[in-house]
Amino acid sequence: MKRLESNLKNMSLSLTIVALAAAALLGGLYVLTEEPIARQKAEKQQKAITSVLPATEGIEIAEPEMVDGMTLYKAYAGGEFAGAAVQAEENGFGGKFKVMVGFDKDGNIVNYEVLEHQETPGLGDHMVSWFKTDKGNQSVIGRSPATANFTVGKDGGDVDAITAATISSRAFLKAVCHAYEAYADQQADAESGATALSEAAEIAETADITAGEDAAGNETSSESNNETPVQS
Amino acid sequence: MNKPMKTLTNGLLRENPTFGLVLGMCPTLATTTSAINGMSMGLATLFVLVCSNVVISLLRNLIPDKVHIPAYIVVIASFVTMVQLLMQAYVPAIYETLGLFIPLIVVNCIVLGRAEAFAAKNNVGLSALDGLGMGLGFTLSLTVLGAIRELLGSGMCFGMPVFPEQYGMLIFVLAPGAFIALAYLMAGVNKLRKRMDA
Amino acid sequence: MVYFLIIISAIFVNNIVFSQFLGICPFLGVSKKIDTAAGMGAAVTFVLTLATVVTYLLQKYVLVQFHVEFLQTILFILVIAALVQIIEIVLKKISPSLYQALGVFLPLITTNCCILGVAILVADGTWAGKVPGAEANLLQGTVYAFATALGFALALILFAGIREQLSMNKVPKAMEGTPIALLTAGLLAMAFMGFSGVV
Repeated sequence: MKRLESNLKNMSLSLTIVALAAAALLGGLYVLTEEPIARQKAEKQQKAITSVLPATEGIEIAEPEMVDGMTLYKAYAGGEFAGAAVQAEENGFGGKFKVMVGFDKDGNIVNYEVLEHQETPGLGDHMVSWFKTDKGNQSVIGRSPATANFTVGKDGGDVDAITAATISSRAFLKAVCHAYEAYADQQADAESGATALSEAAEIAETADITAGEDAAGNETSSESNNETPVQS
Repeated sequence: MNKPMKTLTNGLLRENPTFGLVLGMCPTLATTTSAINGMSMGLATLFVLVCSNVVISLLRNLIPDKVHIPAYIVVIASFVTMVQLLMQAYVPAIYETLGLFIPLIVVNCIVLGRAEAFAAKNNVGLSALDGLGMGLGFTLSLTVLGAIRELLGSGMCFGMPVFPEQYGMLIFVLAPGAFIALAYLMAGVNKLRKRMDA
Repeated sequence: MVYFLIIISAIFVNNIVFSQFLGICPFLGVSKKIDTAAGMGAAVTFVLTLATVVTYLLQKYVLVQFHVEFLQTILFILVIAALVQIIEIVLKKISPSLYQALGVFLPLITTNCCILGVAILVADGTWAGKVPGAEANLLQGTVYAFATALGFALALILFAGIREQLSMNKVPKAMEGTPIALLTAGLLAMAFMGFSGVV
């Protein structure tokens, strides 16, 4: 078979057909993969949240709320507040990174998970596990920014920085402190509405408990954001 | 050696994309921080190479000469987008590590180069073999380079610790190490090739 | 101030060749002489800035508008290829002298991965994460693209200067050609690493 001649009709026809076929094929594949992609993303988020929260039996995670510009996920065990996971963002050494920090109901850090980062491999990227490792003063697990000074040793703080990555360490601790602030603000709101919460929970366990809490929270604090009612 | 066999091994040894043709340097340097990363990048490229070679070989007589480049680019870009979608859906962790370099397979000179130099002139079977050979050659070099950098830089091989990390030479995981490791690897291959020819 | 940070970051700290590994092919291919390196650098600067503006607008007003973000790769590469052709034609008509200087490099630019790479980085807004205070809008994105291209030109010219000297020296047989060039690039990359943490 001889190659088609390069006249205008052949050229435009062949290009159009190739482009249309490509578009149709990709459109089809997009529809097929749309659902798995969305599911993967949701699963990843969910996994990060559960891994940083207390490992209590029957823990339930509420819908996200926005506090101080950070996303906060409250967790309940048997209708009682068990802790919260806060997603914070900070500029590190290589760019923005995202970290999910989990607090128990007393404000101590349960665990954290670095979701995204661009820190230097072999140096700053140790933050993924460094602050979980129980060695010297480097672990933040079980501690709280309320009782310990969450800055690096060089700045007079209580946490050991990653070797040769002070900037990444500072940024990480700043992110954790921000997350704690969001947690504390939210707690302050919740405590003032705690009576409403427990009453609501006692009356009907199946009821939308946090709606009461949200309403109470909004009365006492102007800082609290009026987010979607939380499902228990 | 018969022709199909020769086509297949051509990309693996004599015209290895990295060491022989020196093409596709960007992903070679950027994604080889570990053996697994290098291998994933190589396999993604392999997929695009085989598919685009086959389709272009099928279409080679239906596309007029003057518009063949844009038509080839559309074909290659479609397969790259497919890889993007499939990786996002089923191996999101690898997709995130390789990041920008997956869409950049489009401008990897190996893919368009093979389409032009081989698939546009040969039949479907041979073109598929050529794509496979080239892709495997590329995967092999990326995996080897990744393994060397991983071992020297962080003391691991395919994620398994070989010696404690603090004895590793960090520079090999960082940008300069990529250039240096590839330079010596290439010099070694050159030397080996000379000896084989002699 | 933020523009200053963007420029420093794009040229030195996150140099496109030495820290992001984009545009390595022309970096190794057209760096034997300073003149050609400068020509290539100028052509890339021109095309990269223009392509970034066009692709950013396409992403914002076409792809996102119609929810077909997955067609990004295919659309961008076609737009870049077409743009390079148009620039070639226009340049030939209006400024033959400029065409003389840049013309030979233009066809090579379509497959230069730093053009598509930067276009995607700017369209997705991921570049802004590297510069504190930067926002992923059109103006800052364009400044970033322009500065990135300058960084490419800088890397290319520095490298060509070294290679001109290097060609007069004796090099071990096995290291001749690409290996010694890569080694030189590795040393340059080490020097550029000194900038990290500045921004």
